[in-house]
Amino acid sequence: MSVQSHRLSKEELSRNFSDINPPFRCADAAIMEASRCLNCYDAPCARFCPTHIDIPKFIRQIVTGNIKGSARTVFTSNILGLACSKVCPVERLCEGVCVHQLQKERPVPIARLQRFSTEKALKEKWNLFNPNSFIDKKVAVVGSGPAGLACAHSLAVQGVRVTIFEKEKRPGGLLTYGIAAYKVTPESCRDEVDYILSVGGIGLQLGKELGRDFFLEDLTAGFDAVFLSIGLGKTRPLGIPGEHLDGVIDAIGFISRIRTGEFSKVPVGNKVVVIGMGMTAIDAATQARRLGADEVTLVYRRSVQEKPCSDRELNLARLDGCRVQWLASPREILGKEGKVTSLICDRIKLEDQDDDNRPKPVITGETFSIEADMVIKATGQVPYTDWIGKSSLQNIHGRILTGPGFETSIPGVFAGGDVVNGGKEVVHAVQHGKEAAMTILTYLKKN
Amino acid sequence: MADLSINFLGIKSPNPFWLASGPPTDKKINVLRAFEAGWGGVVWKTIGAPVRNVSSRYSSLNYSGRKIAGINNIELISDRPVEINLAEIKEVLKLFPDRAMVVSLMADNHRESWHDLVKRTQDTGAHGLELNFGCPHGMVERGMGAAVGQDPEIARMIVEWVMEVAEIPVITKLTPNVHSVVPVGRAVAEAGSGGISLINTIQSVTGIDLETLVPNPGVSGCSTFGGYCGPAVKPVALKFLTTLAQDPVTSHLPLSGIGGISTWRDAVEFFLLGASSVQICTAAMLGGFRIIEDLCEGLDDWMNEKGYQQISDFRGLSVPKITRWEELNLNYKVVASINQDLCIHCGLCYITCEDTSHQAIVLEKGLPYNTYNIKEEDCVGCNLCKIVCPASGCISMIER
Repeated sequence: MSVQSHRLSKEELSRNFSDINPPFRCADAAIMEASRCLNCYDAPCARFCPTHIDIPKFIRQIVTGNIKGSARTVFTSNILGLACSKVCPVERLCEGVCVHQLQKERPVPIARLQRFSTEKALKEKWNLFNPNSFIDKKVAVVGSGPAGLACAHSLAVQGVRVTIFEKEKRPGGLLTYGIAAYKVTPESCRDEVDYILSVGGIGLQLGKELGRDFFLEDLTAGFDAVFLSIGLGKTRPLGIPGEHLDGVIDAIGFISRIRTGEFSKVPVGNKVVVIGMGMTAIDAATQARRLGADEVTLVYRRSVQEKPCSDRELNLARLDGCRVQWLASPREILGKEGKVTSLICDRIKLEDQDDDNRPKPVITGETFSIEADMVIKATGQVPYTDWIGKSSLQNIHGRILTGPGFETSIPGVFAGGDVVNGGKEVVHAVQHGKEAAMTILTYLKKN
Repeated sequence: MADLSINFLGIKSPNPFWLASGPPTDKKINVLRAFEAGWGGVVWKTIGAPVRNVSSRYSSLNYSGRKIAGINNIELISDRPVEINLAEIKEVLKLFPDRAMVVSLMADNHRESWHDLVKRTQDTGAHGLELNFGCPHGMVERGMGAAVGQDPEIARMIVEWVMEVAEIPVITKLTPNVHSVVPVGRAVAEAGSGGISLINTIQSVTGIDLETLVPNPGVSGCSTFGGYCGPAVKPVALKFLTTLAQDPVTSHLPLSGIGGISTWRDAVEFFLLGASSVQICTAAMLGGFRIIEDLCEGLDDWMNEKGYQQISDFRGLSVPKITRWEELNLNYKVVASINQDLCIHCGLCYITCEDTSHQAIVLEKGLPYNTYNIKEEDCVGCNLCKIVCPASGCISMIER
């Protein structure tokens, strides 16, 4: 048992990390699926899309051979339409309410069709937006994740000059660093960001961190408005003994390492335990298996009904051979010579609902142990409490409080994405950015 | 088991499905494969006047993600020498004596040419002749094909020439590229044609290549009007068939129905509107000869269910059910009814009624699914909602 890299051959790794949901090979294949769309009126799929993409319209445009129009329809509502087509939990959103399912038939593959149009737009470098001529206003966007990009693009289309500040070396935020490599590749993220920036009027400053390289006051002084889309920080600590041991890592760092280096060079344990059951936990667990871990066990303190990840994601983990320990709560991490050897868990039972309307996990007194040389924490990220706490931004435990138009307690400063909603899907962040841009525009015109 | 066999003007066939004159019946090898698959008969692709064909011959109409609502062609009659065709016909007749062998003919407009062609053809032992008065392209310009079928007097004259020497049954194939097929139908009936087949293809342009701006099918930068066929032409064919079945002169002749027949259902409709045999070409070209299996099985199952022993039991039964508009009952009233248990909430009934009909459907917002209800007092019973509804049985029209 040990944590090591190079567990699998290059060929095995490249197979394990290839695109999990390959695109349509040809237009006819896409058209055949697209023509299954009934073109519903007031379509449930579109109503369930957080960015309200006119789904029947973009699908019909595939059928009519207007792929450019189809991509425009998607991007107009969701400029990260390509990324969302790969990472959205669509069975809970658009595809989940496709009316075909009311006849027990499979839904129209909306995500794959969306990918078909938008991928072509990127490949062909279609210029689908005609930005208004520049108005004399400048906006700073902090963070180049989905919310920041969506906001910057919407503003640029309206003729506003935007500067995006990004602390990492590459743009894209969680899209670039926080999602399994078999869903989106770093290259595709880069292409997507480049495509968004190609609208013009958006400057990108990489390696610039708020609170280290510049301060909010600099931005409010130098720009007409500021949009904070800084996302979330480190993984929430477990707060149990043994957390400091070698081999205890956080999921975001693990996934980020897979995303930024060669697969073969990423160290992974032989027996891995992943704590949590969200999308990030699944991404960490499946990728640990795909890097060559023998045993991967997901540990979650509630039951399958309460799991935050989607059914599709859970099935993916199971198909990858990951085991699941429901109703188990980490109690202590044991080690030898400073390295993890096992995780002790409390057996949990669920009692009446707690404040979130979820059953309350209660310790039964029974414990059990899982052998492990690596423990990956995927228990959600915590906000940047340090910085936000010290600022004059109104917040709750680092989550910035905003009004209906994403305005913060500081005039001219707006915020959206995970830093406001505490961590949701990419598509929600995009909608925040898009909606905030509209309020910012109104603000700019008034001031 | 129902008896699917037919006797059309004395031409016997184990089932009513003949391959129409066209590419599938151009050569011995194709026809043998068709007979092996189980087809009841063929109309051998038109022989006669010498021609040369172009390369790039077919194009299709695709619709709403579905391929081939219809197909058109600019191919002419057989471009192989008459004597080779006749020799092959003879060989096929020997191998499959129980199948109907009708030969399609088209000569130039001379009595001797027709006499010669008819005599040589019947020497093969073929069971019948079909006169091609319908080809809409290539031959028209030379005064043949549809040029004959559009002029009752020329058609009458040629049939008379043929009847002077014909010793086997003669069927005349009509063109739909006319206002009415009845005048030509009557003319050929009066001239002695034993039966009539219809329709030939409809002159058409299926579409244009939007890159090159050349209409389809493009032949070196240009195209020409082609003959349209396939599922899209069935309604036109059924209409023309009905006019012959209702005409006091032509209704006495056996009619062979052609035009967009793809399934046994289509075939039954042609029989119900007066056809005694049906001919199929496009469906076979798009699926191969194996489609004969379900054509026969579907027809047999339907006849058994309805208690019909042979095709003549139900032939023409729907002919009197097509009347003039003014004879329709103006007091008849239906309204739409939505079965909420079967509704899949797509809203198509609502938006089509709201935008293009009578605003007779009420939308009740719901999440994620809206509910739709009929406003009976505003419903005129147009059927549109029932037509667009994708859930079988969900919308029905109720008599009031």
